Amino acid sequence: MGIDVGSTTVKVTVVDGNENVIYSSYVRHFARVKETVLDELKKVKKSFGGEYAVSITGSAGLGLSQRSGLNFVQEVQAAFIAIRKFYPDADAAVELGGEDAKIIFITGGTEQRMNGSCAGGTGAFIDQMATLLNIDAAKMDELSLKAEKTYPIASRCGVFAKSDVQPLINQGAKKEDIAASIFQAVVDQTVSGLAQGRRIKGKVLFLGGPLYFLKGLRKAFVNTLKLTEENALFPENAPCFMSIGAAFGSVGEAAQSIDEIIKKIESVEESDEIVTGEPLFKDKQEYADFVKRHRATDLKFADIASYKGDCYIGIDSGSTTTKLIVITPDCRILYSQYLSNKGQPLDVIIDKLKEVYRLGGGRLKICGSAVTGYGEDLIKSAICADFGIVETVAHFKAAMHFKPDVDFIIDIGGQDMKCFKIKNGAIDSIMLNEACSSGCGSFIQTFARAMGMEIDKFSQEGLYAKHPVELGSRCTVFMNSAVKQAQKEGAGVDDISAGLSSSIVKNAIYKVIRATSPDEIGEHIVVQGGTFLNDAVLRSFEKEIGKEVTRPGIAGLMGAFGAALYAMENKKGETSTLGEKQLEKFTYISKSTNCNGCTSKCNINIITFGDGRKFISGNKCERGAGLKPVSADTDIYAYKQERLLKCVNGTKGKRGKVGLPLQLGMYEQLPVWAGFFETCGFEVVLSDKSSRELYFKGQHTVASDTACYPAKLMHGHIESLLDNGVDFIFMPCESYNLDEHCSTNHYNCPVVAYYPELLKANNERLNDTNFLMPYIDLNMQSNTVKKLHSIFAKYGVKKRDIKDGLKEGFTRLEKYHGDIKNKADEILKKAEEDGRQVIVLAGRPYHLDNEINHGINKLLTSLGLAVLSEDSVFEKGDIVKVDVLNQWTYHARLYRAADFVAKHKNVNLVQLVSFGCGLDAITTDEVRTILERSGKLYTQIKIDEINNLGVVKIRLRSMLAAIEESQRR
Amino acid sequence: MEEKQTADYTTKYPLWDKSMKSTHKILIPNMLPWHFLIIQELLKMEGYDVEVLEGDSRTVIDEGLKHVHNDTCYPCLCVVGQYIEALKSGRYDLDKTAVLITQTGGGCRASNYMPLIRKALAAEFPKVPVLSLNFSGLEKNSSFEMTLSLLLKLAYAIFYGDSIMWCYNQTKPYEAESGAADVARNVAVRFTVEAFKKGKYKNYKKINAEIIDTFAAVKRTEEKKVKVGIVGEIYVKYSHLGNNKLEEFLISENCEPVVPALMDFVLYCIINVVNDRKLYGHSAAKAALYKLVYKVLHKKQKNIIKQFEKEGTFEPVHDFEHLRHCADKVLNQGVKMGEGWLIPAEMAALAETGVPNVVCAQPFGCLPNHIAGKGAIRTLKNLYADENIVAVDYDPSATKVNQENRIKLMLATAREILNKQ
Repeated sequence: MGIDVGSTTVKVTVVDGNENVIYSSYVRHFARVKETVLDELKKVKKSFGGEYAVSITGSAGLGLSQRSGLNFVQEVQAAFIAIRKFYPDADAAVELGGEDAKIIFITGGTEQRMNGSCAGGTGAFIDQMATLLNIDAAKMDELSLKAEKTYPIASRCGVFAKSDVQPLINQGAKKEDIAASIFQAVVDQTVSGLAQGRRIKGKVLFLGGPLYFLKGLRKAFVNTLKLTEENALFPENAPCFMSIGAAFGSVGEAAQSIDEIIKKIESVEESDEIVTGEPLFKDKQEYADFVKRHRATDLKFADIASYKGDCYIGIDSGSTTTKLIVITPDCRILYSQYLSNKGQPLDVIIDKLKEVYRLGGGRLKICGSAVTGYGEDLIKSAICADFGIVETVAHFKAAMHFKPDVDFIIDIGGQDMKCFKIKNGAIDSIMLNEACSSGCGSFIQTFARAMGMEIDKFSQEGLYAKHPVELGSRCTVFMNSAVKQAQKEGAGVDDISAGLSSSIVKNAIYKVIRATSPDEIGEHIVVQGGTFLNDAVLRSFEKEIGKEVTRPGIAGLMGAFGAALYAMENKKGETSTLGEKQLEKFTYISKSTNCNGCTSKCNINIITFGDGRKFISGNKCERGAGLKPVSADTDIYAYKQERLLKCVNGTKGKRGKVGLPLQLGMYEQLPVWAGFFETCGFEVVLSDKSSRELYFKGQHTVASDTACYPAKLMHGHIESLLDNGVDFIFMPCESYNLDEHCSTNHYNCPVVAYYPELLKANNERLNDTNFLMPYIDLNMQSNTVKKLHSIFAKYGVKKRDIKDGLKEGFTRLEKYHGDIKNKADEILKKAEEDGRQVIVLAGRPYHLDNEINHGINKLLTSLGLAVLSEDSVFEKGDIVKVDVLNQWTYHARLYRAADFVAKHKNVNLVQLVSFGCGLDAITTDEVRTILERSGKLYTQIKIDEINNLGVVKIRLRSMLAAIEESQRR
Repeated sequence: MEEKQTADYTTKYPLWDKSMKSTHKILIPNMLPWHFLIIQELLKMEGYDVEVLEGDSRTVIDEGLKHVHNDTCYPCLCVVGQYIEALKSGRYDLDKTAVLITQTGGGCRASNYMPLIRKALAAEFPKVPVLSLNFSGLEKNSSFEMTLSLLLKLAYAIFYGDSIMWCYNQTKPYEAESGAADVARNVAVRFTVEAFKKGKYKNYKKINAEIIDTFAAVKRTEEKKVKVGIVGEIYVKYSHLGNNKLEEFLISENCEPVVPALMDFVLYCIINVVNDRKLYGHSAAKAALYKLVYKVLHKKQKNIIKQFEKEGTFEPVHDFEHLRHCADKVLNQGVKMGEGWLIPAEMAALAETGVPNVVCAQPFGCLPNHIAGKGAIRTLKNLYADENIVAVDYDPSATKVNQENRIKLMLATAREILNKQ
């Protein structure tokens, strides 16, 4: 007998003496692992009785096995045993489980791989996405088969994918297409994250629940791996494959009676390994007092069925929910709604607005309306609202209403967490959660559902938990396995519920706010957002900071309320909001297409309203929206992109073609190497322009999927050069960067320094002759000459040529740097003349790449700002002394650029940070310190392969609002 | 170019001055229990009041989480957590306590632990100075005062610690009588410390032979067990706190853990300076000095290996020259940030000495290990048919069950390899 205890299901298989599978079952365990296993065993007992050699397998089975003393077979091993039994000719197997993904390579060197600790792309991920679309996995599967196109979605972890999917939903992309995109994301994740440089080919076996039940997912795998029908095997017994393997794996174990097995499982006790915290409430009385205290901040209601007079509408179109409120001029609530988007926020809002008109029965006079949130643009244009305002401003407005002396606001919504400090009646600093440390409201909801409970019930359970589990404070994926462990150790639903609440709070306080002590947070705190309606979360927060806070009764509606207040304060004249009759006639058609404005070919969505007006979204620049682009005169990124390519003259060389991959360090050193090779008689060929497609092209050679996106893109650049028929690719390894004499040392980061080693080791097309990666320190002239000569002598290049080449290279580099600096002066001057704000978009040289910066520079110019880069201004800053060891060339530039910004009015800084950049964990705090010392705002944007400008836009607009506010004072 | 002004954004922190030697207690984070015990004793003999921290509770990790940036690597978090937990415990006079950390000055984040620790301590413990132990002339105002004689003593301590660890790991899994290996280890540590006290620590041949004999005298079973190498980022490779007691876990899984010597990391740091000369033409004088030190230490290592071979019970420690040779098969010795080329070198050397099974331990998001760890696995597999590596990420939230499950997968393959033989 084999028992497979996975993260979400239990599978039991019985095999008879003749190796026939005579019994199999597959049930969900809803965290009740022990009980479910016992139930299943009792069924076996009833059907067969008798004696069994038994083995347990599966991610949640380990603890059960250890404590019951029953044999354990690692699950991949179990799969392997079954494969050999049933499919001896298979070449590879892909298995997706609830929270694991595995690949087994069978032929050509057996290898078994599992997803690392940070990896989505599994059953739980699919469930999570289905929840987001408000359908179940089966429905999603059905829809996906009707898809016309796919969108790029990151599947590395659920949190990332959500922030890709949400804007698609908000922009009205078709559910069919989104469903298919999600499956494609899972496939991409498996191929890049697990195969890691090894191709999946030959006869491939697909195992595990999701692959058995979801046809769309199967289709995506077969298409991506280019498998023929006979090479893609989907076994009938796929969901129970592991338990079958475990059953065969127990051959040789001593047989024991079923009663004995049941007894052993029953004897498994909760271990004391889990760390637990204090209960949230001592007793019911304490809870009752708590509830009473918070009631004090409830708003009054007015009856919409009888009210006659003026009113204002506020709408907050959030990421997962839509909030709508109608208030009277004295701030009584006439009508309010807090609804799930159900995949299409626009429908929800139109529907509810109609209801407002109907209930109002002609007695209401709508005087103004305002929209805020992710869906702001779409909704505003759809219902012709009077104002669209940034979320942060809306929330601040609302909080002020309840606590005029508020100095700190924290808002935890379904998807995001926002905190802002208030100083002198204006937003002083904003902290938003980065895509990685989300763990917000929808996260509890997903967990509640996974345990088969509604969110209300789930959080109620937590209120009186005796031993809340400590689950740590990090991202959802990690939290999943922490919960898994707690369940394994026997923690109850109540303890987990309370533990999750406290995790969310800790995440907010220590990771988003990054407070070292509760006192830093402030004295007069307003907490809001739907998540705080959960009393367990609210209580955890108060306990953690040791202070009482204000939670308005409309905590979930604060954005909408703030918008309504804004409309009330600012409205002059008639409102433009659609009236009752216009609403009745309201229709729209959504269509997705590609923009042909430039070579980026963005996916865009066009919504055509019934009256012929159009709304376009998904565009990265104004062209997509049919507008004329802002002049590139004020954008140094646009300038640099052109200028850099001009460093290559394009002369044909008599000695052959050299391929230079334009990524990572080459973004800085292209002038040097272009000059060098062209002088030495080689033709310089650059790799293809970065794009998502290029990334996919090299994805199969990516060895470490947690490396930064620029590094992972490099693999595609190499492939493109190999396809372009160059004689060799040149990419030096450089521990040391050029010394710019403003730091203690001048290292490159480890990735930039040694990535060629990784490329060569993991791409079978590369060898010693077609991939040259000498170790060079460009500061050491004579050594460099010697090194290069030893390599290129065979091409007939003389030492003299090498020297000339390097000289030419450095001349071009100097010229390039000079031109950038001049351009920066020009932009600064022009910005001053036009009275424009300047943003130094500071990152690394390779953040110039549009695929990496996702066109944030264009977004900034479209907001009316002039854009500079760190390398164009750093020499204007002083040499800085910082607390940290200043030992990387590019970092030293960041500090000096920050110093320049700190000392100039109308100049601000936005730091671009690549996800996974360990070094920036150090620079960000330092840059922040430099800016904040002179009262400047610090804004950081984390970028990855995900392409979600919506969030970035909110951030930048909030920043601008704060800057404006501070300048007004 | 015009002379630029300097803008000072530093914060004030307590400095270390020499007079504190007589007044302050110095706390040292633990990494290798027996090495550090010996070092603690020898520093005491030098007149320093030192204490190696043993804290390994969940509070340590929680304090770390609260005080350092989310994205900072796990070792830094563990170390800071250990300090804070200790300082909060009330066991120490906060006006007279300092903490010590090593700095290599390499191109990896680890060189920045020092300022991160200062930052973490500043709010609650404003009077506790952070001391740097480095050989690169960093932190001149807060450096541990190093003398040639102390350096030499440290080197010997590391040699002895390595031998004890090496013998222990080859004895513990096979001890016929439970606990016998631990008794042997305690004896070995005791006479090693004694040798330092008596000033006879330089007689390394005698001490080393005694260590080997002590362990060889333990009665062993003839069982054949799966051998599993542990390589990776230095802290999570060695520290029980960092790697969730990996050695213990492997022993409980009926395996023999093979943990390469700390001296190899020391030699790696030294030889990198020599390599910089060779690769880039950096300072000849510096390289010559380092080469000299290298030769002295390597000669001792060779002699120790000979003793192991002569006695015959135990597999000898790796010869560093052999490690370098192994590295060359996989990647260039220029990969010198973090543990760099030492990682694949050890994996290769392990494979060549009958240990194809390896746990490559790394903190989550460790940059150099993208290249030297995960990035090199494919090459190693091509070189050694049986190579069976699992890369495990360590992180405050990565759960033990997750890590152990992956290691078990590697062990399942390892057992198959063993059965094949």
